[in-house]
Amino acid sequence: MTEDQDSIRKASRRREGRSRTVQRPRRPPAFIAIPATIGLALFALPVLGLLGRAPWSRLATLLGSDLALEALRLSAISSVSAAVISLLLGVPVAWTLCRYDFPGRSLLRGLVLLPMVLPPVVGGAALLFALGRRGLVGSPLYEATGLVLPFSTGGVILAGVFVAMPLMVLTVEGGLRSLDQRFERAAETLGAGRWTVLRRVTIPMIAPSVVAGIALTWARALGEFGATLTFAGNLQGRTQTLPLAVFVALESDRDAALALSLVMVIVSLAVLVALRDHWWRSR
Amino acid sequence: MTRRLIAGSLAILLVASCAGAGARDTDRVELLVAAAASLTDAFGDIETAFEGAHPGIDVVLNLGGSSLLREQILAKAPVDAFAPANVAIMEEIRAAGLVSGEAPVFARNTMAIAVPAGNPGGVTGLDDLARPELLVGLCAETVPCGQFTRQVLQRAGVTARPDTREPNVRALLTKVEQGELDTGIVYATDVLEANGAVAITIPEEHNVTTDYPIAIMSATSHPEAAAAFVAFVLSEEGRMLLNRHGFRLP
Repeated sequence: MTEDQDSIRKASRRREGRSRTVQRPRRPPAFIAIPATIGLALFALPVLGLLGRAPWSRLATLLGSDLALEALRLSAISSVSAAVISLLLGVPVAWTLCRYDFPGRSLLRGLVLLPMVLPPVVGGAALLFALGRRGLVGSPLYEATGLVLPFSTGGVILAGVFVAMPLMVLTVEGGLRSLDQRFERAAETLGAGRWTVLRRVTIPMIAPSVVAGIALTWARALGEFGATLTFAGNLQGRTQTLPLAVFVALESDRDAALALSLVMVIVSLAVLVALRDHWWRSR
Repeated sequence: MTRRLIAGSLAILLVASCAGAGARDTDRVELLVAAAASLTDAFGDIETAFEGAHPGIDVVLNLGGSSLLREQILAKAPVDAFAPANVAIMEEIRAAGLVSGEAPVFARNTMAIAVPAGNPGGVTGLDDLARPELLVGLCAETVPCGQFTRQVLQRAGVTARPDTREPNVRALLTKVEQGELDTGIVYATDVLEANGAVAITIPEEHNVTTDYPIAIMSATSHPEAAAAFVAFVLSEEGRMLLNRHGFRLP
């Protein structure tokens, strides 16, 4: 914990006033507890179902197969790449949407968030129409460079960026919005340049949102299925990520599918639980 | 502005859902028929003709890769009748005790090479599926289409170099139609239907013939309606509709 972050944290606590100091009770009243329990069961039961059916004794063998190993490797590469690209492009998008006033901003924001609500298959088809070999942009690209994005690992990454980047934009924009710009103004009046303000004030203050954004986009890209299958196809070692391998294995080798699903559940859950410490607690 | 937009969209959804509900007669028996993806167009016509003849029955088609449908049925999906793209899948369902009565074969199909209009890859036969510079799509080996493809390639002694293995034949065909793939092996009937794809015939000695069986599921809650549908598929009218879509008849 740097001194900067510490002082910022104290400042933001002061802004929140007394709410932080109230002791939270252990148990909610029934009218909240009952629907909350049902809601939580809805999330917990499928995971329990998976754990109950998982082929624990054969897990190592199943995960050691070529299909599993190649899918694991490909998923690792493509999800991390998608998260990095989402970071590099998503933060500037969030910055633009939050800090600048221009006509059509609401429309742009809607456009950015569209992949979150669109069925991924529709997203994949749209990507194909735009960036496929016969697509709007894909066709001249292919003519000029011979580059074909569909059916390549690059296509998998692109599909991942398309569905996951909205989460980055959303979380970072939320972080920027809740940031009190008076801190930045104060730094400026104290003689800090633009770069220094960004480095010493803005970035540390939105860092938790950015970290949350990275984790969420990564997890979303890891789980991406529909757009990947539609846009990038399904080939072991090139485009067959974990979710695709699970889908194919479900129809031939259910134990292998369960083993792969288990990996995804555990890895994603671990990241999301760890994220809680970074994100919610630091607020 | 925002509020009006939201209210407007909600109103549209509401009207649409009311219209949908109005179209659905509550007295009608809803018959869920799971059928192979390759039957999409033929069963669409059969559904229309059958509902015309049986106004009390509403046929709902669940079309997909046969092996996916098998998994749904094995997981006790409420399916009334099932028509997969090969006999082996039906036998697995029967072994699980889920088939009621006979499973007659009602249609036959063969495989064909599909290429986009204009044949940009210059594909002339099965040998071209081994050309590395072409974008080649095949069905996943888990679905019947993929198993038949493997047999065809084995008989022709060709080692294909696929760029994707699509989970069902319709997905594969769509990508060929769009010109995203240079070629792929699909059912002969599919290319007959296709918009913008052209069929290249596979020589008889390399080709395989597939049988489509149909059966009533033992878990059906509408055995009479299911029996009527199966009888219709096997009837002269059903055969004519299947034939019109390129299926061979047993």
